[in-house]
Amino acid sequence: MAAIRGKAFKFGDNVDTDVIIPARYLNTTDPKELAKHCMEDADPEFVKKVNPGDIIVAGKNFGCGSSREHAPVAIKACGVACVIAESFARIFYRNAFNTGLLILESTEASRDIEEGDEIEVDPEAGEIRNLTKGKVYKVRPLPPFMQELIRDGGLIPHLICKYRNARLEDG
Amino acid sequence: MKRPMTMAEKILADRAELPAVEPGELVEVPVDLTLANDITAPLAIKIFEETKINRLFDPDRVVLVMDHFTPNKDIKSAEQVRVCREFAHRFKIKHYYEGGVCGIEHALLPELGLVAPGDIVIGADSHTCTYGALGAFATGVGSTDLAATWITGRTWFKVPETIRFVYRGKLKPWVSGKDLILYTIGDIGVDGALYMAMEFAGEVIRRLPMAERFTMANMAIEAGGKVGLIEPDRRTLNYVRKHSHKAPKIYKSDRKARYREIREYDCSKIELQVAFPHLPSNVKPVTEIPEIPIDQVVIGSCTNGRLEDLAVAAKILNGRKVNPNVRTIIIPATPFVYREALRRGYLRIFLEAGAIISPPTCGPCLGGHMGILAKGERAVATTNRNFVGRMGHPESEVYLAGPAVAAASAVLGRIGSPEELGLKEA
Repeated sequence: MAAIRGKAFKFGDNVDTDVIIPARYLNTTDPKELAKHCMEDADPEFVKKVNPGDIIVAGKNFGCGSSREHAPVAIKACGVACVIAESFARIFYRNAFNTGLLILESTEASRDIEEGDEIEVDPEAGEIRNLTKGKVYKVRPLPPFMQELIRDGGLIPHLICKYRNARLEDG
Repeated sequence: MKRPMTMAEKILADRAELPAVEPGELVEVPVDLTLANDITAPLAIKIFEETKINRLFDPDRVVLVMDHFTPNKDIKSAEQVRVCREFAHRFKIKHYYEGGVCGIEHALLPELGLVAPGDIVIGADSHTCTYGALGAFATGVGSTDLAATWITGRTWFKVPETIRFVYRGKLKPWVSGKDLILYTIGDIGVDGALYMAMEFAGEVIRRLPMAERFTMANMAIEAGGKVGLIEPDRRTLNYVRKHSHKAPKIYKSDRKARYREIREYDCSKIELQVAFPHLPSNVKPVTEIPEIPIDQVVIGSCTNGRLEDLAVAAKILNGRKVNPNVRTIIIPATPFVYREALRRGYLRIFLEAGAIISPPTCGPCLGGHMGILAKGERAVATTNRNFVGRMGHPESEVYLAGPAVAAASAVLGRIGSPEELGLKEA
């Protein structure tokens, strides 16, 4: 999959799903509607500042709290291309891949990257490059099937894609 | 000889039809029950429909509980419930709960006997771990994982490591399962059991009523846990027999099972706990907190909305008035709890004390409706989370406690204990 390039937005430890997408907006499943309120209770200006391809960099236990899949959906729909954190809460971790949001664990990157740094993420090579600081943080490369899953937009679109291709091959 | 295993490992090994499993191993298992609510089901339905498979693995194992924004708080919420209702009709889902038969999901399901010990349950709600109190391997998932299980009847898990928590000694007056779990989360932190199974054991747990066991298992997720398990004992089996026709499958940890860690607590030293904003781990004993005036008290939720919780509140509010500055909202978790609270006279006590009685709903717990906080307002709640903006305005505050502290605080107008009202014994 192609490398991602964008600006870093920094958040702290234990960013919970109530902050990512407050429950008062959960009366819809529309990604565009959810995107309007992403990170609102942590930074009301976030959705105005974020541009497609930008990256969230946070500390420990990102995505803790509720199981709402609306959280990774909102992050992705507001343009964020990747979340880098020291660690992720387990339900969020699974939900992120299932909805096609790229997430990477790196303590070094999480601590070293500063707000506004220009970041390039190469999941295939397993590298996070800080272009502002001229540094490279190594992460475990994403296995090819996970890269495909992210590229297709999540687990279900990925399965539909695979199923369709299999049928075409069967001819 | 088989490798000694923890309860979590045994359930997964057995159901994956493997002689043994180890932490870190990935296993595929059949799922006994799936659950979603009016927030997560609409998303799961959308995902399910995208697949165009149009077939549920077993409609009788699909439970839909419309409890979060109900009675519907606005048009959009009503539309979400309509989507769920139509889906339930189309697929002949008998376990669809809305209106007068609806309760807060994690109080409702055990009460209806839908979960038995040894079951594997996934729910698109993080507090699905509540059923660990029955010895079920139950955990929260997102809507995609849930939709996939609706189709296949199966799911995959990474076998978790287990931390065993052993509670010894005698509980102080008014101290409950809520205080024990808050204390535990305060001890290990909100990611202290990340990806792991928590196992609650010891003489204190064996003496703990089922309601308080549910409270403890319910908050395992607040320490990042995958499941919060309690070994089924006579008390569990009595509960199951009373509520369910399902046959229990009893799994107990082997004495030589390998744990990530064993932590022991002397409960005679644990006081009533209060978790300060904005993390459930930010706990202090009630005796050590300064004067904090409050605007609202909420007694309810999947954590503490059971009959036993209302009994504690009734004992404290009996013959007393809530402080005029404190909106006191009491939410019986299910229609059964509501009816019993009425029959036992608790509701009369609450009304005479000046409290508001709400229909069963998650409502204010997640800042949905029925008790939202304004900027700068503070609430003491028997709920499970006190994150920024959880109950309303991002600059409001939630203090988590058990029903004893919540009810006493409602009277005092500030955070305090029943002892301050002259109530020495529970």
